[in-house]
Amino acid sequence: MKNPSPISGPHTHAANDVQIVMLKVMFTLLPATLYGIYIFGWPALNIFAVSIIAALVSEAFCLHLLGKPIKFFLFDGSAILTGWLLAMTLPPWTPWWIAVIGSVFAIVVGKQVFGGIGQNIFNPAMLARVVLLISFPLEMTTWTSPYPLFSTSGPDFLEGLEITFLSQVPVDAVSGASILGDISTNLGMGHSLSEILVRNADSENLVNGFIKGSMGETSAILLLAGGLLLIAMRIISWHIPLAMMGSIALLAGFFHLVNPEQYASPWLHVFSGGAILGAFFIATDLVTSPNSKLGKIIFGAGCGSLVYIIRTWGGYPEGVAFAIVLMNAVTPLIDYYVRPRIYGYQRKGVAMEYDEKRIASLANTEKD
Amino acid sequence: MKLYRFKGGVHPEAHKVATGYKCITPFPMPARLYLPVQQHIGAPANPEVSIDQHVLKGERLAGSQGAISAPIHAPTSGTIADITDCTAPHPSGLAVRTIILEPDGKDQWVTLQGVKTPFLMDPDEVAARVGAAGIVGLGGATFPSAVKLNLGKNNKVYTLIINGSECEPYLTCDDLLMQSRAEKIVDGIRIMLHGLQAPRALIAIEDNKHTAIKAMQKACKNTANVDVVVVPTLYPMGSEKQMIKTLTGMDVPAGKRSIDIGVLVHNVGTAFAVHRAIRFGEPLVSRIVTMGGGAILNPQNLEVPIGTHVSDVIEFCGGFKEKPERILMGGPMMGQLLPSTDVPIVKGTSGIIALTKNEITQHHTMPCIRCGSCITACPCGLLPLEMANRARKGDIEGAVNFGLMDCISCGSCSYVCPSYIPLVQYFNFAKGEVVARQKEQQHQEQTKILAEKRTERIEREKKEKAEAAVKRKAERAAKQAAEEAKKESEAVS
Amino acid sequence: MFSIAIISLTILGFLLGLLLGLASRYLKVETDPVVSQIESMMPGSQCGQCGFPGCKPAAEAIAHGEAEVTICPPGGRSLVARIADLLGIEVDLSKVKEKKPMYAKVSEATCIGCTRCFKVCPTDAIIGGPKQIHGVFKDACTACEACIDVCPTECLQMVSIETTLGTWRWPKPEPDYPLPLAS
Repeated sequence: MKNPSPISGPHTHAANDVQIVMLKVMFTLLPATLYGIYIFGWPALNIFAVSIIAALVSEAFCLHLLGKPIKFFLFDGSAILTGWLLAMTLPPWTPWWIAVIGSVFAIVVGKQVFGGIGQNIFNPAMLARVVLLISFPLEMTTWTSPYPLFSTSGPDFLEGLEITFLSQVPVDAVSGASILGDISTNLGMGHSLSEILVRNADSENLVNGFIKGSMGETSAILLLAGGLLLIAMRIISWHIPLAMMGSIALLAGFFHLVNPEQYASPWLHVFSGGAILGAFFIATDLVTSPNSKLGKIIFGAGCGSLVYIIRTWGGYPEGVAFAIVLMNAVTPLIDYYVRPRIYGYQRKGVAMEYDEKRIASLANTEKD
Repeated sequence: MKLYRFKGGVHPEAHKVATGYKCITPFPMPARLYLPVQQHIGAPANPEVSIDQHVLKGERLAGSQGAISAPIHAPTSGTIADITDCTAPHPSGLAVRTIILEPDGKDQWVTLQGVKTPFLMDPDEVAARVGAAGIVGLGGATFPSAVKLNLGKNNKVYTLIINGSECEPYLTCDDLLMQSRAEKIVDGIRIMLHGLQAPRALIAIEDNKHTAIKAMQKACKNTANVDVVVVPTLYPMGSEKQMIKTLTGMDVPAGKRSIDIGVLVHNVGTAFAVHRAIRFGEPLVSRIVTMGGGAILNPQNLEVPIGTHVSDVIEFCGGFKEKPERILMGGPMMGQLLPSTDVPIVKGTSGIIALTKNEITQHHTMPCIRCGSCITACPCGLLPLEMANRARKGDIEGAVNFGLMDCISCGSCSYVCPSYIPLVQYFNFAKGEVVARQKEQQHQEQTKILAEKRTERIEREKKEKAEAAVKRKAERAAKQAAEEAKKESEAVS
Repeated sequence: MFSIAIISLTILGFLLGLLLGLASRYLKVETDPVVSQIESMMPGSQCGQCGFPGCKPAAEAIAHGEAEVTICPPGGRSLVARIADLLGIEVDLSKVKEKKPMYAKVSEATCIGCTRCFKVCPTDAIIGGPKQIHGVFKDACTACEACIDVCPTECLQMVSIETTLGTWRWPKPEPDYPLPLAS
């Protein structure tokens, strides 16, 4: 054998790579996605496909411009996931160009401008959603009632294409604001909460997902199941989801108790508006969330509180995207200040100290 | 006994079945032995023999130099063929001074002086004899054992921990040693306790070594102050700091040694070597080596004379059944890539592992996705991703601020990294850079003192010269004056 | 109203200016502490490789921004890092060429024992006497090359110090993908 160049250990590796991580995330997203496509029919599938294709094309274009190996990076799964997550947050009957603009913005400005995979500060999908929400408020807040796939009332395949690509929405389709949007507008006009909720009779359908909303906010149970699976597979830890859902529920519960006519119940807050999707799949984005456990709890609690504040007192009915993007900006700060305790040091960073008694106690440890 | 959990850690696949249930086979004496003078941490040993000299087994070939060093002994009787530079079993592939011994086939011992009653011996004598026997930490760290045993003189040792955890995958040499020579290990431990004047010893064994646990428990049944502690299987349990945490719940404070909290850790192999050295006066001339990895035809444990070439041992195991991708000295987590198979087995060689391409799972490096797996895996509470990022940019100081020098190079972070970033190599590089800069600074400070002394000397010489010149001038003037006065007086008279 | 503002501000400006002038005259720091700090970091062998007559003039030049912090070859990267740290400036250390560690070696065949070299050695690293073959004490040599020029027989040569197991360092890993630009 000849001299190989020196390589440090370890010379073995866990069966894990970036692609596998991304595939696992997609796998857990799949049930909720399929269900969302089922309830909202062909247009939802179109938007889903357009988002992912636009993301992949813009990723390939950027990689080409940067002279990076396209084959190597294009299928690492991150671009597909970005397009996927964006599609989950769009109104299912939105025109195709919304999805294209969103995906291109997410990949080009949200990711590649920062240096590509792993370098971005903000979650690309959420950044794109925020931009779309500000730029195209009408298209982004027009929600359709569920018209399940293959149901008689829903659009067939060709009608689906017309909805997505020609913006020809059938006249009889019931569309309007989502529950949170309705609450936000009507509370401002002096209506009481119970009045509004009566009108939104389908609010009981929050759990089974038969409500107006995006693909990713309606099937709460499937998203929850997927999220828990993600924790079980150790892709994410429980800290961010729990802190985020917990802080939303706590704040909502407190204000609901104070004045139930003005503030919606924690039930409604937790199960609507993409809070679950955000807490399990987007806030936990590995790149843009803090690394330490305590940091994650701070981050999650910050996201949850901002979501509630924006929903209740802000101008927008929905705050998950804003909350996450705002907290993304704080992540480097959290990471700088919250670090794990290093072996041999106390939390404050000074060397560990033990008194004589503690050391001597070693000698008389009882036999078990 | 209450056990504590250290932070992080990983569960690499054990791969111990292939070698863990076979007996230890003695290795036949090879045609030549290559004994590097540096087989331990510290100063290299100094050769004391000459070429063509005949030596007996156990005779000292090289003596220790300085406080931290260890002597080298002849593993068999024979003739010194050469003392020259040979490739070291080190990833750099650099050469090291090596004594080459040609065995005469008689394997004749020098007269050995064992101690019949070691517990009546002066405690300091234990460390002295262990030092003379050339025993070093056989777990792989190769720190001279006598230096550690001597610490008992000025410090109180409350617990002696005997490390039988063997957390590295593939390696089973300690496991088999405990299975087959338990009584002798316990005797070695008792001798060490006597030398340290320590009250108790704990033998820590990972819970996947059932036979070894039973054997050790049986061996120390009648010894009140030696106990077996079964610890969970978790890499890097065998690291000193993590082991101490597991058994005592205490961290070794930063910048201090384990002795400062009354704990010392020795390997089971070291305990066995101490038994041989004290009871029989035998120096360390052979050790048990695990021959493993998917590429080796007959994986097994061998008792090999120190200095045997790796290629000889591989041949004894039937050679390769598959082309090895990497041949390592030590386990796959912390073992070192060998520059060639023509390097000798040394005191710290716990195993020779020949890994196939499948076993090492090579992969392209991706950028860091900040997934934090390395942080979860790090047993020291460090942020490997931040350290590596700084090391990559050449910001060594930044890496140090993130705790670079607290890293134990266990490789847990690299093992789990989904981007296959060579984190450990970044840390090795940065640590080397830190040492190099320190050395450079020291050198500069020394030469600066020299330069200052020289300037001082030149100034002084100048001054002295000037003074001498003034003096001479004055003398001359005085002489002249005197002469003139003389002339004048002559003229007057 | 307007004139009051103008007058009061003028007076204020004048007084403060006066104060500054006085301060600069009476509270003047005699020697620049930065210069002496830099000088204390430098090798002090006055070898002149930087182009300045000695370490102090070089330190002054660095402190006043007239010379790069990277001018001192014997100081190497560690010196650059420390000076940059003191002055609070950013230097890309990877661009600083680390001079290979060298030392001067006397060729025993051609040395005539003229002692000229050890008269110029700034660290007294050359040993020997008149009409004796000289030797170089490796650890004290700063590789300043002063001796090379004065040797009449050109018997002194710069030789790189060989890497041993003790001085070998791990190389930086070569990334096998195009890295994003260093942030």
